[in-house]
Amino acid sequence: MAAVRGLHARRQRRLNGFRYVVFTVFGLFFLLPLLAMLRFSLEGSTGGSWSLSAWGQIASYAGPPPLLSGVEITLELAVITCVVMLVLLVPTVIWVRLRVRWMTRLIEALCLLPLTIPAIVLVVGLAPIYRVIRQQFSLSALQLFWVYVILALPYAYRALAAGLEGVDVKTLSEAARSLGANWFTVIWRVIVPNMRQGVLNAMLLTGALVLGEFTIAYLLLYTNLQVTLFAVSRGTPNAGVLFSTASAALLFAFVLLLILSYVGRRSGRQSERSKVSK
Amino acid sequence: MQAGRRPLVSRSQLAWTGTLPFLGYVGVFLLLPTGIVLWDAVQSSSGGFDFGAISTLWSSSTGSFFVNSAELSAITSVIGALLGAVLAYAVASGNPDGLIRRLYLAGSGVLAQFGGVTLAFAFLITIGPTSGLLLHAGWFYDFPQGIGLIYIYFQIPLMVLVFLPAVDGLKAQWREATETLGGSAWQFWRYVGGPLLAPAFLGAILLLFANALSAYATIVAWENQISYVVPQQIGTALSSEVGLSSVNQADVLALGMIVLVAIVMTGYTLLQRRTTRWLR
Amino acid sequence: MTGVEVSLRGLHRRYGHVMALDGLDLTLAPGELVALLGPSGCGKTTTLRLLAGLEDADGGQVTVDGADITHVPSNKRDMGMVFQAYSLFPHMTVRDNVAFGLKLRRQGRTERERRAMEMLELVGLTAQAGRYAHQLSGGQQQRVALARALAISPKVLLLDEPLSALDAKVRAQLRDEIRRIQLEVGTTTLFVTHDQEEALAIADRVGVMRDGRIEQLGTPTDIYSRPATSFVAEFVGLTNRLTGTVTSGSVNVRGCVLPLADPATPDGQATVLVRPEAVTVSQSGPITGTVIAVTFLGASSRITVDLGDAITVLAQLPTSDATALPAGSAVALTIRPDPVLIA
Repeated sequence: MAAVRGLHARRQRRLNGFRYVVFTVFGLFFLLPLLAMLRFSLEGSTGGSWSLSAWGQIASYAGPPPLLSGVEITLELAVITCVVMLVLLVPTVIWVRLRVRWMTRLIEALCLLPLTIPAIVLVVGLAPIYRVIRQQFSLSALQLFWVYVILALPYAYRALAAGLEGVDVKTLSEAARSLGANWFTVIWRVIVPNMRQGVLNAMLLTGALVLGEFTIAYLLLYTNLQVTLFAVSRGTPNAGVLFSTASAALLFAFVLLLILSYVGRRSGRQSERSKVSK
Repeated sequence: MQAGRRPLVSRSQLAWTGTLPFLGYVGVFLLLPTGIVLWDAVQSSSGGFDFGAISTLWSSSTGSFFVNSAELSAITSVIGALLGAVLAYAVASGNPDGLIRRLYLAGSGVLAQFGGVTLAFAFLITIGPTSGLLLHAGWFYDFPQGIGLIYIYFQIPLMVLVFLPAVDGLKAQWREATETLGGSAWQFWRYVGGPLLAPAFLGAILLLFANALSAYATIVAWENQISYVVPQQIGTALSSEVGLSSVNQADVLALGMIVLVAIVMTGYTLLQRRTTRWLR
Repeated sequence: MTGVEVSLRGLHRRYGHVMALDGLDLTLAPGELVALLGPSGCGKTTTLRLLAGLEDADGGQVTVDGADITHVPSNKRDMGMVFQAYSLFPHMTVRDNVAFGLKLRRQGRTERERRAMEMLELVGLTAQAGRYAHQLSGGQQQRVALARALAISPKVLLLDEPLSALDAKVRAQLRDEIRRIQLEVGTTTLFVTHDQEEALAIADRVGVMRDGRIEQLGTPTDIYSRPATSFVAEFVGLTNRLTGTVTSGSVNVRGCVLPLADPATPDGQATVLVRPEAVTVSQSGPITGTVIAVTFLGASSRITVDLGDAITVLAQLPTSDATALPAGSAVALTIRPDPVLIA
């Protein structure tokens, strides 16, 4: 009888083969344009030579507009947006899970809306609102955070909701309350530490979004990184700087997302052997 | 608190007010702008109501705008969903703590946001005529292939982000139970895995569709108001599709888009209800 | 429906550097229910999964009804398996779940449904046929899982800790039901659990496992009353650990001389394993102490006695006797001269 050795070993090998093919094909597909950009950014002044000058110029490019200020504003915006997003969403998500579960559908739907309403539409409606903001608050581009939080909702909400999945919010909060904790303590010191992964993911997706946002900033006549890049593309024959900055922004977001996926416990799914069947 | 006095409204009835900050925020920065747009769309220039502007939705130029946008969005959503589902499955079936999963999730998070300007540039230098990588593809400037390809570039990561949780939710026990009951891999996907993932998959397609629709409007609007150095050819091809002559007309367009999106989103939420129950 | 013989010979399985199964031999007689009992990581679940074909053995042979099925894929092994939890298909009704195996075998719809209802009647859930998994309690879900596994008339029934995820009361009820059904249907069954009470209650034979091997295989009475090794003695039931002195084939524990299970034990100090039921109250007993706790267990009670120098011993006696010994009372004990094991 011919030995049919290690059936599962064979199936595992076939699955692995499938995975390698998939990852290679998709990997190439996604990497090609990025590599092209990278290569462009490394080109020297004479054809065929290589130089890092385009990268060095990120800091020194004087403009107009100066590249570094665009970078600065966007980074600050990313931080502010993250903070506001967390302050707004985390308590809401926890509260809904705890006390008003019937609102989950509604909140989910609202959080998905930004993904589907065109930036153009939003901008037209936002213009008068931002007029008020400019008058009453500040002219700074940092005011963009108000709308960036909205744009981040679809991604951040999903990440937070997923992070809350494995947490028995009811039991934990009841235990904490019975020990005398107020709601702030319950949220901040009991529940949030248990959804660390979800919070991190939400922050990173928000950050990635802010780093890449162009349309609304441009149409509201603010200057952020992407707007600056765009202006650079129109104003200069030096495309190298354009690509080096764009590549840097992408790389930065990517590495950040990757690193922070290691920080923070992986929110364990409690069900037994729940890994996807092979 | 006085003993024996019952509150007029019970605490649990008031619990929903805890979401007021969130609702208020979303109300001001999302619903209000949308409302403003809708309001403007039905305003006439003299200040009264003018629903006539809505009729431009049926005009040939805006009509073809919608048809083209819908066509492009539909095609790229389906293709993006299928490819994204394959990628999601590949990611989900590996080590949950492994490097590959982290890499692809981080990549998806970044590339799903990878918007117009840089993306168009990147594609042009990859396969445009000035391509340094010698991957020149003459069809790139044809509609819808060229721009379709760009769309798929961000549809796939979005699909991975949206669909991966559903694939993760497939329990190993279901596969093993099917096996011990005598089912082959094909039978598993046909009777168990497929039906369980179907609502999530369809929902994801709808989401991708809605996302693509909104991206299209953005690109078109750009082409009208600004002229790029680089994706010029794409721009002119698109801008000839729509004549956005007045602000009012833009609002009407927006109105049409919002209605379309609303329909899509309703379908999505209905599908979601089933998914979350099964794959939690 | 009569059972078939199942035989596992020399099974090996390793995961990386860990030897999950180290040469396991086990034979199940036709219609027998064998329970594999042991702590987590002992290899009992691995054994079950190897038998099911859900994993490949690195060595050894699996024979069912005389046929070597070591290399037969799991979906061709004709075995019914009940998992610990979450195994019902959420998008199908109870009836469709139970009929699923028959559907895979291309049985006609009327025949399928008839058989499904027959199985549901066997487990007492005909009223739930049209419901979905999430509408059922844990105990009900497991009964459906059992019905589903039996619907295909499998040669072997495999149960992977089916009761572990359930409440205590439901567990006890369902445990007896499973045994009743198994006896009625007559299928050879392998039952894996870490709960010794379960194993002892329903199995024809119990295999206590540790580190990939079976330490002892025998009837529940044998396992409990005549444990072959100290591991078995301590894993199954409660055991006192007392120091004693071994002298030529017997051991002196605080004044009681007891025969040794293994007469070849070398002389000297040793830790002796004594069951609480072997410790009896006696007026003239050599062991004296004070009762510090009484645990009411129903018909019998367990008393914890402090012997001084921080040594306590557990004794089990009928509750009627225990009422005369509340906490604080002085008591004299002796140990019944059954052969004892050394730890």
